[in-house]
Amino acid sequence: MTRLTVPKTYKLYIGGKFPRSESGRTYEVATKKGAFLANAALASRKDARDAVVAARAAFSGWSGATGYNRGQVLYRIAELLEGRREQFIDELMATESLSKSAATAQLDTAIDAWVWYAGWADKYVQVAGNGNPVSGPYFNLSTPEPSGVIAIVAPQDSSSLLGLVSVIAPALVSGNTVVVVAHQNAPLSAISLSEVLATSDVPGGVVNILTGSPAEIAPWLASHADVNGLDLAGAERLEWVDLQIAAADTLKRVLGPVVGVPAPSVERIVQWTETKTVWHTKSLI
Amino acid sequence: MTENDKAVTAKAPSFLDYAPAPESTSVLHLKKHYGLFIDGEFVDGRGDAFSTISPATEKEIASISNANSADVDVAVAAARKAYDRTWSKLSGADRGKYLFRIARLVQERARELAVAESLDNGKPIKESRDVDVPLVAAWFFYYAGWADKLDYAGLGPNPQSLGVAAQVIPWNFPLLMLAWKIAPALAAGNTVVIKPAETTPLSAMIFAEILQQADLPKGVVNIVTGAGDTGHALVNHPDVNKVAFTGSTGVGRAIAKSVAGTGKKVTLELGGKAANIVFDDAPMDQAIEGIVNGIFFNQGHVCCAGSRLLVQENVHDEVVDRLKARLSTLRMGDPLDKNTDIGAINSKAQLDRIRELSDIGEAEGSERWTADCPIPENGFWFAPTIFTNVSTSSRIAREEVFGPVLSVLTFRTPAEAIAKANNTPYGLSAGIWSEKGSRVLAVADKLRAGVIWANTFNRFDPASPFGGYKESGYGREGGRHGLASYLESAGWAAPAVTKGGKK
Repeated sequence: MTRLTVPKTYKLYIGGKFPRSESGRTYEVATKKGAFLANAALASRKDARDAVVAARAAFSGWSGATGYNRGQVLYRIAELLEGRREQFIDELMATESLSKSAATAQLDTAIDAWVWYAGWADKYVQVAGNGNPVSGPYFNLSTPEPSGVIAIVAPQDSSSLLGLVSVIAPALVSGNTVVVVAHQNAPLSAISLSEVLATSDVPGGVVNILTGSPAEIAPWLASHADVNGLDLAGAERLEWVDLQIAAADTLKRVLGPVVGVPAPSVERIVQWTETKTVWHTKSLI
Repeated sequence: MTENDKAVTAKAPSFLDYAPAPESTSVLHLKKHYGLFIDGEFVDGRGDAFSTISPATEKEIASISNANSADVDVAVAAARKAYDRTWSKLSGADRGKYLFRIARLVQERARELAVAESLDNGKPIKESRDVDVPLVAAWFFYYAGWADKLDYAGLGPNPQSLGVAAQVIPWNFPLLMLAWKIAPALAAGNTVVIKPAETTPLSAMIFAEILQQADLPKGVVNIVTGAGDTGHALVNHPDVNKVAFTGSTGVGRAIAKSVAGTGKKVTLELGGKAANIVFDDAPMDQAIEGIVNGIFFNQGHVCCAGSRLLVQENVHDEVVDRLKARLSTLRMGDPLDKNTDIGAINSKAQLDRIRELSDIGEAEGSERWTADCPIPENGFWFAPTIFTNVSTSSRIAREEVFGPVLSVLTFRTPAEAIAKANNTPYGLSAGIWSEKGSRVLAVADKLRAGVIWANTFNRFDPASPFGGYKESGYGREGGRHGLASYLESAGWAAPAVTKGGKK
């Protein structure tokens, strides 16, 4: 007789905790052939706003950590993902109807993306910053700093795990905190990833993951006054121009939709930074 | 008013009385009327021409053509043609040589440009002569050298120009803002259609003559004069690839909305409400001068002006008394007089706004002090003004006055200073005054602002990036970072790929 399995309840990830949607709503996640997999939480406007509050609260700690420290924490995510390979491969095979080799390839690429981005945390400042030779007795230095809270619509077409990692990792490198709407139809690996984040020394609130309808949640994030950046990577089929217009009310930094999954790039790190230039007066000695 | 206040506002001592020393306007060769500068020629605009006046006398200086949307079409078409046929085909070295020529011509005609700027804008000649125009030349020199070195701009090999840049600039530093916009755009290989502010088009017209003297290929720079309609037509033109705007946060927001979804690259340099933080261990003599320079430079018409003075509580009275004493020695009047410290407010509309917000400041309970200086009969003037007892919720502590009005608030601890400084939707600039280096570094780290001056204020340099956090806009002007506003990395433009994973 086969053993009866213990299925997991998939919930949201907000402020380091795993709440159900405050709305009490769920939606059915199924395989591509329609077999039931789970009831995921259908996040509401209130959940999105709670997530922004959590992200804002986590910003000063995460952005104030040293690059070396953030790099180790991000690397730790890769380590723990590696240790839970089977779970992620199973979830990707189930939700995206992938072959085992395709699911494995996606997971491997996602782990390697964490490693790649982790290494940037204590280096991107050297590449994006500058010492400036001004004409006067001043020591003048430009340094990139994280923009703040970044709201993200994760890629929706395929590669639910890799897509998610490809948009949150670059925002985290510099010290931003994020609120991300996961792949709508294949959200399970996103919630499993949040279990990894919760045990990887990523402080609660640094990453907040919402499952549900991007079309419903994204407008609230785009217009939220305490969000500093809006990544519309997976918003191609949403009214994304309207989202960009809503974002302009508080002059958010915006990245438009992408086809597929964004490749690892230092530009994506720098996109969510602000250049601070400090003039120090040199005194007479 | 306290006894102390009375003492410092008493009549200025006689040693400060100077005979007038006006700069001669004979260096100017102004025309009665200026057309639009399109495809290398001055042409008349289709809109109704308007006057540009001297804000110090309210007298007309010249009549200026008004570009309507048809004129903007012609200007953008000229810029497109110049981009396709000439400018994008030139080597970086040759683009640089044109920019070097422009820098030299600006230096050669520096006095003329300075006089025109002070006449049209109302700023003191000592500022236009010693700050604005020298920086204009420096800006072209700096970016001239970049034109053939773009591979080193930090965007990877072979970065690409964007195409036609639509640029809209404000009236506070008319020629300097033009240089900030045009120099990096051309160095990066773009062509330009630029709209100067409607109250200060004069120096741009002289700059157009300089472009003719430099023999810059036709259509590489086009200048369309007009008001908001002209700017609207320009930034919304379907054939521009880049929009660069400096001005109010309100207009910047409207531009960000109107270009949403168009793929135009945008940089916005918008408003500010900078905190100038004075600790009790500040070098006090320099701090007083720095505070004055921070808010009364250019009549306070500076987006990065230090308009919120945060003073540590135990030195508040000393700082305010010394400020009042210093302000009582400033001379307000004829912008062309070499002794003038404070010139004219740029326009009636701006003067009305400064008056309105100052009256609100008083109504909201802040204590108003205004320097006792004679106000000329004609023109637009506002004497240097300080508000004390200002609460953080007061409109003069939150809104950009864009005039010679300083709001003074206090703090006790560095943490309180940082919290108050960051308590604004803006994030353009900030100042820190302290002799303790480690404190300066720690505070600078925590301020959410794009430009921070430690023991100085309002310094600008072509090598130094400038631009804001939050609602002060995005993108940087100046330095290596300023080039990124006009270039696209060859790699970044490529379509996204999935490595290993399923597409």
